[in-house]
Amino acid sequence: MLLIPCPHCGVRPETEFVYGGDATVRRPDPKTASLDAWAAYIYERDNPKGPHTELWLHASGCHSWLVVERDTVTHAIGQVRQARDAAS
Amino acid sequence: MTGSRLPAGGLIDRTKPISFTFEGRALTGYAGDSVASALLANDVRIVGRSFKRHRPRGLLSLGMEEPNAILNVGTGAHAAPNRFATELPLAQGLAVSPTRGWPSSRFDLGGVLDLWPTPLAAGFYYKTFIGPRLPGVRDAWNRLWEPLLRSLAGQGRAPEGVDPDAYDHAHIEVDVAVVGAGLAGLAAAEAALGRGARVALFERDIRPGGRALGRDGDPRIDDAAPLAWAEGAWARIADNPRATAKLRTTAFGLYDGRQLAVYELPVDGPYAGRIWHVRAKEIVIAAGALERPMTFPGNDRPGVMLASAVEAAIRRYGVRPGGQAVVFLNHGDGAGLRQALNAADIEIVAEVGPDETVTGTQGFGRLQSVDIAPLGPDGLPRMDARRRVPADLLATSGGWSPALALHLIQGGRQAWSEADGCFIAAGGGQDGVRLAGAANARFSAAAALADGHGSTAGGAPGPKTTGGDAAPSGQGLPLAPIAAERLKRQAFIDFQHDVTVADIGLAAREGFHAIEHAKRYTTAGMGTDQGRTAQLATAAALAAATGREIGDIGLSGLRPPVTPVPFGALGGWRRGALFAPVRQTPMHRRHEALGAVFEDVGDWKRARYYAAPGEAMAPAVARECRAVRTAVGALDVSTLGKIAVAGPDAAAFLNRVYTNRMDTLAVGACRYGVMLKDDGMVFDDGVVARLGPNRFHVTTTSGGAAAVLNWLEDWRQTEWPDLKVWLASVTEQWAGVAVAGPNAARTLAALAPELDLSDTAFPHLTWRDATAAGLSARIFRVSFSGERGYEINVPWRHGEALWDAVLAAGAIPYGTEAMHVLRAEKGFIVVGHETDGTVTPVDLGLSWLISAKKGDFIGKRALARPALTAPGRKQLVGLEPEDASVVLDEGAQIIATATPRPPEPMLGHVASSYWSSALNRGFALALVKDGRARHGERLFAWSLGVAHAVRVRDPVFYDPKGARLHA
Amino acid sequence: MQDRFSAGRILREALGGNAGWRPWRRNPEPKPRYDVIIVGGGGHGLATAYYLAKLHGIANVAVIEKGWIGGGNAGRNTTIVRSNYLWDESAAIYEHGLKLWEGLSADLNINVMFSQRGVLNLAHTLHDVREGMRRVNANQLNGVDAEWLDAPGVKAFCPLIDISADARWPVLGATLQRRGGTARHDAVVWGYARAADRLGVDIIENAEVTAILRDGQGRFDGVETTRGTIKARTGALVAAGHSSILAAMAGFRLPIESHPLQALVSEPLKRLLDCVVMSNQVHVYVSQSDKGELVMGAGIDAYTSYTQRGALHVIEDQMAAACALFPMFSRVRVMRTWAGIVDVCPDASPIIGATPVPGLYINCGWGTGGFKATPSSGWTLAHTIATGAPHPLNAPFALKRFETGALIDEHGAAAVAH
Repeated sequence: MLLIPCPHCGVRPETEFVYGGDATVRRPDPKTASLDAWAAYIYERDNPKGPHTELWLHASGCHSWLVVERDTVTHAIGQVRQARDAAS
Repeated sequence: MTGSRLPAGGLIDRTKPISFTFEGRALTGYAGDSVASALLANDVRIVGRSFKRHRPRGLLSLGMEEPNAILNVGTGAHAAPNRFATELPLAQGLAVSPTRGWPSSRFDLGGVLDLWPTPLAAGFYYKTFIGPRLPGVRDAWNRLWEPLLRSLAGQGRAPEGVDPDAYDHAHIEVDVAVVGAGLAGLAAAEAALGRGARVALFERDIRPGGRALGRDGDPRIDDAAPLAWAEGAWARIADNPRATAKLRTTAFGLYDGRQLAVYELPVDGPYAGRIWHVRAKEIVIAAGALERPMTFPGNDRPGVMLASAVEAAIRRYGVRPGGQAVVFLNHGDGAGLRQALNAADIEIVAEVGPDETVTGTQGFGRLQSVDIAPLGPDGLPRMDARRRVPADLLATSGGWSPALALHLIQGGRQAWSEADGCFIAAGGGQDGVRLAGAANARFSAAAALADGHGSTAGGAPGPKTTGGDAAPSGQGLPLAPIAAERLKRQAFIDFQHDVTVADIGLAAREGFHAIEHAKRYTTAGMGTDQGRTAQLATAAALAAATGREIGDIGLSGLRPPVTPVPFGALGGWRRGALFAPVRQTPMHRRHEALGAVFEDVGDWKRARYYAAPGEAMAPAVARECRAVRTAVGALDVSTLGKIAVAGPDAAAFLNRVYTNRMDTLAVGACRYGVMLKDDGMVFDDGVVARLGPNRFHVTTTSGGAAAVLNWLEDWRQTEWPDLKVWLASVTEQWAGVAVAGPNAARTLAALAPELDLSDTAFPHLTWRDATAAGLSARIFRVSFSGERGYEINVPWRHGEALWDAVLAAGAIPYGTEAMHVLRAEKGFIVVGHETDGTVTPVDLGLSWLISAKKGDFIGKRALARPALTAPGRKQLVGLEPEDASVVLDEGAQIIATATPRPPEPMLGHVASSYWSSALNRGFALALVKDGRARHGERLFAWSLGVAHAVRVRDPVFYDPKGARLHA
Repeated sequence: MQDRFSAGRILREALGGNAGWRPWRRNPEPKPRYDVIIVGGGGHGLATAYYLAKLHGIANVAVIEKGWIGGGNAGRNTTIVRSNYLWDESAAIYEHGLKLWEGLSADLNINVMFSQRGVLNLAHTLHDVREGMRRVNANQLNGVDAEWLDAPGVKAFCPLIDISADARWPVLGATLQRRGGTARHDAVVWGYARAADRLGVDIIENAEVTAILRDGQGRFDGVETTRGTIKARTGALVAAGHSSILAAMAGFRLPIESHPLQALVSEPLKRLLDCVVMSNQVHVYVSQSDKGELVMGAGIDAYTSYTQRGALHVIEDQMAAACALFPMFSRVRVMRTWAGIVDVCPDASPIIGATPVPGLYINCGWGTGGFKATPSSGWTLAHTIATGAPHPLNAPFALKRFETGALIDEHGAAAVAH
C-alpha cells in the first residue's frame, strides 16, 4: 500500500486515490500539431524504471489532482504538489 | 492415557483431556496439545502419504515447517482442507484425516507407485503423453491422461456450501511492530515500550517463548529460566496500555509503506479470524530460525524427526517420541537434545559422528533400524563397513536457517554466510525494517536478547544472561554424502513433493542449472509448506551436482503469504450484501412494492420494468410504452450523474469539454451534448442546463458519473488551471422523476398549479424552479422518449414523496426497458449501447453537434485523423426485420448473406433491439459499415446460427418531425 | 531431432537409472555476430527464434536473456489460452495461435499440457449479455468456436458457479469457447528453448542489454550486454514490461505503461473445477491446475512499477470476488501470490512489427493476455523479420496505427484480461 502525502489531507493510503499516469505529457496546440505529435500526446507515456513524475487524483478526499514524484523500482514517494500549481 | 505420553512434564494441562478423531479413530489429548503432538502421544506414526509416490509419512517437525502432516479438518461447510497438524491447537470433537491415501493412510493402494519410482522422476510428465498416437483415442492427453492425472493429484477436499464463519479486517498504527515473541522479539518489544513507543507484538504460536518453549538447556535470563522469563516479559508487555500483544497471530506479508499483514486466529478455536493491517514506523522481524533436516537415504521414514521437534515433544508436550534413538547432527549443538532424551528415558543407541553418515533406514510405516557407515577418503560412505542399529527414532539436524521470508518478500536480499553456515539477510527492503535474533543469525540466547533489545536503544539495559549458552556451531550443508545413484532416489529433499537428491541431479544433468529452473522442473519447494525444509537442501544438491558454490546458486525466491491464508479471511467482511454495496434511489422501496424487476447499472439498481402479478416482461414493457405514447408515464431518473459547474469561466470550460457550443446557452435553457476523449471517441453524454451566468447543472450517464467528474477535474486542474471554474458532484443531492407523454403537462399542472406550462412560457429545452407537490423543485423540460417530457428534480430525501405525488397524479410507472424502447424508436443513442469506445459523433450521425464556429474542444484534433475520416467506418442506422414479428438479438452481426461461410466479412452489429408496440414490429439500431449510404439495402442479422433479413433505414423510427414534443 | 521424448524413452532411461538423459539445450558463449538478435528470453522471444530457424531457415540467432529464460511474465501468468476476441484482426491472430497450440506438444516434442477444458466468460449485466452475444456471433462468423450459454447452461457446464438470482451480480449467461483452456507455462518456455537450440539458436542467459548499437545510417547494429558486445544487422525487442526501457535505449518511445499484475494459487485441492471461469464484472479468473491448485488472476495494480510486487488490497479484492462467485472457496487458503510486469497498450492490443530504427523490430503490448499468444506472436514476428514485411496476421498491429488512429480496441466489448 503506497502512502501518499496529500498537501491538503495529509498522508493517505493509495486506495483513496485514482492513478493518472505520466504527468509530463503536454497537450500540443491542436491547430498546428502534426499527426505524430498528436499520437505521441494521446498515447505515448514516460515509462521509466526509476524516478517517475505522475498524476494521482485524491478521489476519496479533496479531489485534487496531484503531481507525485515516485520511484517505480523502490516505490519511494518524493515531492507531492498540486497539479494546478505545477501546471501554472 | 496410553501411547507415548510421559507420566509428567510438558506445557499441557493433564486435567483437561480432549477427544478428537483421526481418520475416524477416537483419540484423546490434552489442553495445550497441537493435533500433531496429540497424534504423536497416541502413537500415530503415519500422518499422511506423499504427493507423488504415496510414501507413508510421519511428523518431521512440530512447527510451521512441517511438510507431511497436512490434514482435512471437519466436513461439509465446516471443512477446512490442508491444515498443518502442527499449527492446529487440539479442540474437543475435532475430526481430522490425512489428505492423501486411499483407502487409508496406512494401506494406500497408491503405494504401488513407489515400487519403481525411477520412471516417475522429476519432469517425467513433460516427456510423455505428447503425441495423439494412442491407438483408438483421439487427443489422448485431453481425453485420457490429463483427467487421470487430475484425479490422482490434489490434496485436501474443498468445503461444500457457504462458509459459516465470518472474518474481520482491522487496522492498527503503531511506532514499532514486532514479529515473533521469542527471546529477541520480547526484548525488542520491551525496549520499545521502555522508550515510550506504541508497540504491536505478534506471535504465531499459542504461547510466547519461541524456541525456549521446547528446550531446557539455555542460560538463565534475569535470574529466571528462559521460558519463565519469556512468560514474564509477555505478561509485562500485554499489560502495558501502549502495547497490543497477540498470540496465534501470523505476520504473512510485508508491503509498501511498512504495512504488515497479520492473520489472527482465536487461540481456542481452529478457524475464523481477523486480518490486521498494521502500519508501523519501525518493524522488527524476530521470526526465529528454522531447523533443516539432514538429507540422507531413507530420511523420510516415519520416526525420523528434527532434533528440535524431538526436544519439543519431550519438553513441551510430555511425549516420548521413541524408545531408542539415533542422533544425526551436522553441528555441535546437541546438549539440549541429549538432556531431553535422557529425561524421557530414551536410549541413545548411536550418535552419527562427523566421520560417519546414515546410508539408509528400515521399517514399514515406522522406523526400525538405521544404517550408519564411516566416510572413506573420497568423502563417500564406505558401504562395506556400514553397521545397522535398531532404532525407532532418528533425531536429525542439518543446522538452522534464519527465517527470512518477511524480509525477502518485501524486496530484501540474502547472501550465503560461510561463517554461519546459512543464508543471511544482505540488505534491501524498506527503511525502518530490521531483523533481530535468530532471524538475524544471532542464535545464542544472549546474542538474540541483545540483538532484539538493540544497541542504540538507549534507556534501560537489556536482559542479562548467566550460564551456558548453546548455539549451533560449525553447521555445514544439510546434505549427507551418498554413495550410489539408487540411494539418491531415497534421499528426500522436498518431502511433500517427493523430490529427491536424484531428481536434483537429473535436473542438473538436463541443464536446469538456475535454481529457479531446478525448482520449477523438480517442484522442490513449491508445496504448501513453502519448501521451508527443502530450500537449502535443493540449493546444496544443485551445487553438488553442478560443481558450484551454494552462494553462487542462491535460493529460489519467496512469495507471500508466508503461510497460507484463507480466501475468506482476505476477503474479510466483503461478502454477501457487503461484497459490492448496492446503490439505491430514494424511491427504491416504492419500486419493490410495484413489483419492479431490477437491472444493475454500475452499482445502481434500476427498475427495468414493473410486472403486475402474473404479467410477463414483454407485455409489461409494451404496456409501459403505450402509457408514455398515449397518456403519461413516470421514470425514476435519480441515478443520472449530476455535476454542478460554477465560476466565471464555467461557460468557457464547458465549451472546451463538449463538441457543441455551451457559451451561447441562455440562462434558463438546456442543451444536449456529447463529450469526447482526446482520441475523438464518444465518452459520455448528457444535458447541460445554465442556471445563471456562471452556474451550470450537467448530467452524465448513470454508470459514468464518477469517471466523468474525475476526468473533468483532470482537465480543470492540469490543463486549464487558469480557468476560474469549480466542480462538485450533486448526483445524490437531486432525486428525479421523468414525466413523459401527451398528458405530461396535465400531470405536472396538477403537481405545480402555479407553473405556466405553455410552450411559450416553458418551452422545450428550458428549465424552471417551481414548487411541485409541495416540494422545492427544479424542472427540466427535456425528452428522452420523444414525447412532451419534464424531469422533476427535488432534494434527494424527498424523492419518495415526489414519486408518490407523480403516480397519484395519474402517471404510470415505467422502467429502463421501456425507456430504451422509447428512446430507440426515436434513434437516440445510449453510451455503452451504441458506443464502445471506438465510435465518433460523426459515426453516430451527430455531426450537427460538432460546432464549427467555436475554437478547440476535447477530441477535435483527433477527429481529423485519417482512420477516423476514411470510408468504411461503422455508422448508426436503423434496421427493420423483413419479418415484422422478429426481434433481433442484440449483439447480432450484420452480414451480406443468409448463408455465411466463415470467415464471413462482418459489416456491423446490432446495438439495440426491441419490440415496438407503437410500430407494431421489431426494430433495431445498428452500427453498419458506410451505413448511411446503405439506407434501403437488404442485409442479414446473424445470431447464434440464425440469419434474419433486415432493411437498413434511418435510425429515427417514430415521429421524425418531433411534433409530439409539443403535444 | 535426436533425443526425443516418449513414454518408451522414459522406460528405457529408467532402466538405466535415468543416467542417459542429456541437457535440454546448450549453454553457449555468445558469438561476436549473429544474423538476428532477439532481446528477451520469454515465451515470445524463444518462439520467435524457433520459428525463424524452423520455418525461415534463419538459425544464426541469439536470444539474449537478462536472467533465466521464462523468468518474466512467461512464468508469472495464469496460463489461460483462448482465441475468442471480438475484432477480426484479433480473432485472426489469436485463432492462428490456438491452432498452433493444438499441435504444439507434437511440434516441440514436449508435453506442454495444453488442456482444452473450455473457457467460460460470465455475463452478469444486460450490457455483458449484449457484448457477449456480439462476441460469440463475431467469433462464429470468423470461424472461431464459440457458444452462448444461458444461466442453467452455465450451471450444467460448471456446477460450482453460484447462479442464484439474488447474488449481487447474478449470472445471466456466459460465452463458452470449448477449445480454450490452459497450458503448462514452463513447458512452453523450455519446449521452445529446447527445440530452437536443436536448430542452432544460441540462448544466452544472464546477459542484460545495456545499450543498443546503431550504425552510421542509424540502422540497428547489435547490442552491448553484460556479457559483451554482440553484433547483428537485425534485432527484435521482445521484453514485455521492459519494452519501454529498451525502446528508450534505441531512441524511440512507445505507447506502453508497465504495471504490476498479480496472480495467486491456492493450496492443492482434489479435482473440482474442470474449466476456466472468467468474470469481468465480479473480477474473477480461475482454473484448477492439474496438481490441484486454484490458479487465479488478480487485478492490475493502478500504478506503473518494475518491482514484480503488488499491493495486498488488490489480493483482498480478488479474494472477496472469488468468494462471491464460489462461496465454497472461502475456507481454501492462498498459498502463493506474485506479480508480473505487464506492458499495457492503450487499445489493449499488441504491437508486432517495425520500429523507427531500421533493422529493429518490436513485439510488446500484450498487457494481461500475452501467454495465449506465445505461438502466434513468435510465428508472425519470425515472418516479419525473415521477410522484412509483416504477415497479414500482424500487419494491423503495427506501431504506426497510433498515428492513423486505426486502433484495435479490445477494451470496449471483449475487454477480458488474461
